Amino acid sequence: MSPIRILGISGSLRSGSHNTSLLRAAAQSLPSGVELEVFEGLRDLPPYDADLDVEPVPAPVARLREAIANADGVLISTPEFNGSIPGALKNALDWASRPFPENAFRGKPTSVIGASTGLFGAVWAQAETRKVLGIIGADVLDGELPVGMAHTAFGDDGHLVEPDLRTALDELLGVLAQRVGAQESQAAV
Amino acid sequence: MSTTAQQIPTDTYNVDPVHSTIGFGVKYNGLATFRSTFEKFDAQLADGVLTGSADVTSIAIEEPNFKGHILTEDFFNAEVTPTITFRSTAIRANDDGTAEVDGELTIKGTTKPVTATGNFAAGADPYGNERVAFELSTKIDRREFGITWQNELPTGGDAVAWDVTLTVDLQLVKAA
Repeated sequence: MSPIRILGISGSLRSGSHNTSLLRAAAQSLPSGVELEVFEGLRDLPPYDADLDVEPVPAPVARLREAIANADGVLISTPEFNGSIPGALKNALDWASRPFPENAFRGKPTSVIGASTGLFGAVWAQAETRKVLGIIGADVLDGELPVGMAHTAFGDDGHLVEPDLRTALDELLGVLAQRVGAQESQAAV
Repeated sequence: MSTTAQQIPTDTYNVDPVHSTIGFGVKYNGLATFRSTFEKFDAQLADGVLTGSADVTSIAIEEPNFKGHILTEDFFNAEVTPTITFRSTAIRANDDGTAEVDGELTIKGTTKPVTATGNFAAGADPYGNERVAFELSTKIDRREFGITWQNELPTGGDAVAWDVTLTVDLQLVKAA
């Protein structure tokens, strides 16, 4: 049986990104039979422009859409900029939403988590990302994972230090994997 | 509850900053508690009056954006009102070690009466210095001091609680 493939998208471009770290922590906590690959091309996407959204689309856009289409599920980890979704992530979601409604996200099981160096762990950005994904047509899973004080949240082993957060991440990943599995068995019928 | 009173010394006692802390705790996200301390502070017991001050810019928060926000007018307005002060108006120390301290607390330029409760002790340390110790806490509604920043959580409810618990653990050494 081929493994379940989850595409991780970090909303932060920074090399030392806490949200990329959170995706790596997630990759270490996946249920067996599930793989996570982190998408690397967010920086290369041009600002969304309908004039560019014609065949052939810019190569970075094609890579994004293909990566989402080829994944069984998506895990987005977002920071929070000024109480909302970072521009680079929103731009990627805007590109991925087209053509609408038959886009790569349509019906795709998708979970949102997030980390910030403040107290709140990007709760507002996570809520808004879920809202946007719902409008795009993704199968957005309930649940959030706010990792606050992110600069102190990870141990040397790359795992979350806080046991409650680790458990919450495990549970969220379990729900995502289960949802993907349920969709696959439905498709096989 | 004991009603027998301990005498509060009238000599001058200065703070031992290494063995003292001034801090606070506040609920956020509806469940967790954020705690921090002020690293620069002063305190003195003199003529039976406990006074203290804390420099809000010395708040122990490592992350610069987070700390920067706390120092803006959303919270302490540190450029205009950089100091928290306290001056006791009455100290009641009971024989069982419990204590209540009434006083005037000034935060962000607003002064309000508060009563802090906890413990008081007096005695000699192993090196022969006369010491007094206060362990006190009180709960304030930060809105009364003009600290009104708020944001509704996506799931409803306040991001940061209005009630804040202030705590002081003071060791004061008798002046030579």
